[in-house]
Formats: sequence, C-alpha cells, structure tokens
Amino acid sequence: MSLVITPWFGAVKIGDYIKRRGYEGAKKALSIKPEDVIEEVKKSNLRGRGGAGFPTGLKWSFVPRETDKPKYLCVNADEGEPGTFKDRYIIENAPHLIIEGAVIASWAVGIHRAYVYIRGEYLKFALILEKAIEEAYQRGFLGKNIFGKDFSLDIYIHRGAGAYVCGEETALIESLEGKRGNPRVRPPFPATNGLYDCPTVVNNVETIACLPYILREGGENFASLGVEKNGGTKLFAVSGHVKDPGVYELPMGSSLRELIYNYAGGVRGNRRLKAVIPGGSSSSILMADEIDVSLDYDSMIKAGTMLGSGAVIVLDETACMAEVLRVITRFYAHESCGQCTPCRQGTSWMAKIAERIAIGKGKKGDIDLLLDIAHSIMGKTICPLGDAAAMPVIAICDKFRSELEEQIRERRCPIERE
Amino acid sequence: MKEISKEAREKIKNLFSRYPDKRSSLLEVLHILQDDWGYIEEEDEEKIAELLDMNPVNVHEVVTFYTMYYRRPVGRYVIKVCRNLTCTLMGGETIINYLRKKLKVELGNTSSDGKFTLEAVECLGACELAPVMEINGEFYGHLTPEKIDKVIEELK
Ligand SMILES: Cc1cc2nc3c(=O)[nH]c(=O)nc-3n(C[C@H](O)[C@H](O)[C@H](O)COP(=O)(O)O)c2cc1C
Ligand code: SF4
Ligand code: FES
Repeated sequence: MSLVITPWFGAVKIGDYIKRRGYEGAKKALSIKPEDVIEEVKKSNLRGRGGAGFPTGLKWSFVPRETDKPKYLCVNADEGEPGTFKDRYIIENAPHLIIEGAVIASWAVGIHRAYVYIRGEYLKFALILEKAIEEAYQRGFLGKNIFGKDFSLDIYIHRGAGAYVCGEETALIESLEGKRGNPRVRPPFPATNGLYDCPTVVNNVETIACLPYILREGGENFASLGVEKNGGTKLFAVSGHVKDPGVYELPMGSSLRELIYNYAGGVRGNRRLKAVIPGGSSSSILMADEIDVSLDYDSMIKAGTMLGSGAVIVLDETACMAEVLRVITRFYAHESCGQCTPCRQGTSWMAKIAERIAIGKGKKGDIDLLLDIAHSIMGKTICPLGDAAAMPVIAICDKFRSELEEQIRERRCPIERE
Repeated sequence: MKEISKEAREKIKNLFSRYPDKRSSLLEVLHILQDDWGYIEEEDEEKIAELLDMNPVNVHEVVTFYTMYYRRPVGRYVIKVCRNLTCTLMGGETIINYLRKKLKVELGNTSSDGKFTLEAVECLGACELAPVMEINGEFYGHLTPEKIDKVIEELK
C-alpha cells in the first residue's frame, strides 16, 4: 500500500528528506506549465484536508491567472479544531513536505509570497519549520531562481495568538493583516479578494503536504489510492478511550471501524464502545453501531456527519454525554467572535443550559430548548463556526436524549463508573 | 512606562520586510514585547501603535481579542491545562482540580509567590497525550497527580 505523508516522517533535516526523493515533485512541477500542474492536481481528486473537502485543483483555478496584483498563498496551520493534531505531526516530523508543497502550489497559481499561519501555542513546532525554511533557502529551493527557473518564492511564518476562529480562512486573512480574527462576509471569495484584497489561496497543511507525491507519482496514481472523487490517503488523529491514540494514515474510503480497532488498538481496557466523534468536535456524533462507515467526504455526509479534519474522538461506556455536551458548548461559546447575533447569543445560551444539565440543575424541556437554539443558528451566520457549534448539539440531543433526560430527572450523571 | 529594549526593536525591525505594511506584524510584535515585559497593558498600546504607524484603538482591539496576550503580570511559569473534550474524557477535570489545590491558586490567577499562573485552555492540539498541559511552550502529557508533582518540583 502506498502512503503519501507518513513515509517521510523522521526526515526533518533537508539532507534526509532529499535522500527520500524530497523536492523531486517540486522540480517536476517547475519543469511543466503551471496550467498542467493544476490539471494534475485536478486529476488527483485531492480535496481540502482542512475540513470542508473542497477540490484543491478547482479552488486554484478560481484564482485569476493574469492580474496586476500580487497573489498570496496562506498555509493554514492553525489546527484548532478540538481533537485535531495531525498537522502538528507533519510540521514536527516532515516539515519539508510543507515547503515543497508550497513551492508546487505557488508555481501552479503564480504566487511569489506564502505565509504559514501557525497557532501561537505551537511555538516549538514553528521553530522546527523555520529551521527547515532556512535549509530550503540555502539549497536554493526557496528565494530567487528556484531550480534555475525565472521563479521566486518567499515563505514566512506568521504566529497566531490563541483564537480558534482564526482557522477559518477569512478570519485567518484578517489576523495576518494584524487585525482581530473576524470572518469576512463572502462573496467576494479569497480566490479573488483575499489577503490585502489580492487573489489568495488558503490551503491546509495536510493538503499542501500531499502535493509532492501527486507531482512525483502523478495525479492518477494519487486518485487510485482512494475512492471515487476522494483521492489519496488521509491522516487521522485518533484520541480518547483507545489503547493507542495517535496519527494514522489510511487510504480514503477505509472503514472507521478498521481505524479504531486495527490501527488505534480498539477501546481501552476492553470496555464497550459508546460513541465516536469522527471529524473533530463539530462533526455529528456516531453511535457504536454506526461506525461501519467509509472514511471519505461523501460517505460521511451520507452517514449524517462529516469527515472534517479527520480527528476521531472515541468514547467508551464511561463517557457522560452531559459532560461531553457541556465541554463542546462551552468551547464554541468561548470562541464565537461575536459578529452574528445567532452565533454570539445562541452559543452562550447553549453553554449555559448544558452547564446546568451537567451539574444536576437541568430543567424539564431543556433538551428541546437546546435543539431549538441549535436550529436557529444553523445557516444564519457569516462563517461556518455557527453551524459547527449547532451540529454536534443536535446530534447529541437526538441520539442520547434518554440519557440526558435521565440526568435532568435524577439530577446526577447516570453513568456508573468504578 | 515600559521601555522597548534594543533587542526587541531589532527583532521588530526585521519583521517589517515580511509584509507589505507594518500593521501586519502586530501579532508578532506583541509576542516579542510580551516576552520582554511579561504583559501588555493599556498604557503600552500607544507606544506600540506609534511603532507600527497605526491607531491605538486598533492595537487595543487586537490585544483584547487574542487569549495569549496578558493584561496583567503573570507568573514565571504559565501553566495552560487543557479543558477540552479528549482531555476531559481522560480525567482532565481531576487534573485541573489537583493543580488548583497543589498550587493554591484559582484558574486565571497567579500563586502568591509569583511563580505560577494557572489557566484552563481549549484543545492544545496534543490530544494523544491527554490529559495534557503546556508550560512555557513545553508539553506535558498523560498527567497524573504523581507526574504533576514531579514536573512542578523540577520547575522550582
Ligand atoms: C471555525 C473554523 C475553524 C477552522 N479551522 C481550521 C484550521 O485550524 N485549519 C484548517 O486548515 N482549516 C480550518 N478551517 C477551514 C478553513 O476555513 C479553510 O476551509 C481551509 O483552510 C481551506 O484549506 P483546504 O481547502 O486545504 O482544506 C476552519 C473553518 C472554520 C469555519
Ligand atoms: S458565525 Fe460566529 S464566529 Fe462566525 S462570524 Fe458569526 S459570530 Fe463570528
Ligand atoms: S483536548 Fe486536550 S489537547 Fe486536545
């Protein structure tokens, strides 16, 4: 089985990376026309790994080719979605995959300046990446006349400062400009009016890290690793009640059950599986008997949830759903930027209700109230954070209603723990 | 009034070439100054605004928006303990309470000897190590009361 990213883990120094055929993909890209690079990426069926799964080649093709303005690449390393830590693994273990990928994307779109927006808490990992960038400059893989071509690219790291919403692409752009991370109203889209009102591509770290493979081995090869319309492999960050939490790379279309039991070692202490949050804390929860799903963007939507960032949080029978609800709602209330009334008020209202249920002060009717509020946020906000806050609440209230109602009635958590 | 050190000034000057305007370097400038000063208070905002040719109001908006900037002095060690989902599932609440009792400090506050500030934060992106905390940029995972005792001891 061919893998796209993890085989390069451990090749942190540029020499080791080159020994593993590093920078061959970038060299190949620069030897063909930018349009042909975009074609190759379209053929690969690569979809954005940041959560939304938008086809990468198509996204790039929305950027105007001829323009008087400079164009920018923003590599999204904000990684704030609870449960997600796969981009950190790439930065830590194979930083040159990101740099090589950035060279490929920039050549394809006609970009000469890229920023890596990395969350402030990742200082340690930002330093690893910075070191790798320096190495790439020394070898002539960044800067002027890359591979002897009339092509230049500069990459800079931009550290965030603690705000989940800055992972949203337009908030990220605002934050890069030295402002609060308030998402922008779309349209216009970043492809035409992004950073400094210039055409901008925003791509996730993992998306960018797939590009060297695609250019080296070909788009069709990458596509064939996955399933229809979902090319390649995906990194999954598995955490929670499993024996072996960590990052695993599986072909798109693998089964969620296989990931949990064959890769992450199954449920710890041989306890019973209760539920799985399959794509970061904003994805809808799956019950134990719903995990025979295929891990690709389309199948997950069909299953009523989403692949999201690939953060799989496993809950065993000891998990208290009122507690889960409380933590999730508090998070979104804390992170709402406050621009839209339904999100600002709805998230803090939901957090208040979930809090009182969790501490044994819930009221009859609270579950319906939560559902009402969640539905009144859905689709009525500037950015998808509102939906991200509402979706998990709806799923948990629907699927675990009886447990939550018991908690409200009994004024305590109904879960028996040793 | 706090002074901007020569080193900080040098670092800040080097940032300017990265962006088409000075304002874009604000987040990093605040990180640099906070490393020097410990925190950014309201009366510092004007000086920062001047440095970056911007309006003090816009500096204020940014300092107050991002959780990593401090408005008052913090301890020599800032302990950020995760309160998000995976950590909670793995016993994070017990860990937070243990830290509160051990350090005799409430969340958001600094111990009386000025050594430790304790903060509960959202997912640190290290959930495979849950329950986890970050102290001055270093991650400590699989926390138990014993492990916390050891880590804190080594910091003293
Ligand atoms: C609230 C919110 C937070 C987000 N956080 C991240 C993040 O941390 N990293 C990321 O790559 N994308 C994040 N996204 C998705 C980005 O908006 C964007 O879709 C993505 O970076 C595009 O890259 P891709 O096409 O390569 O996935 C977030 C979206 C929302 C609404
Ligand atoms: S949905 Fe929430 S986070 Fe997004 S812009 Fe509106 S208030 Fe801000
Ligand atoms: S939930 Fe604690 S580090 Fe992610």
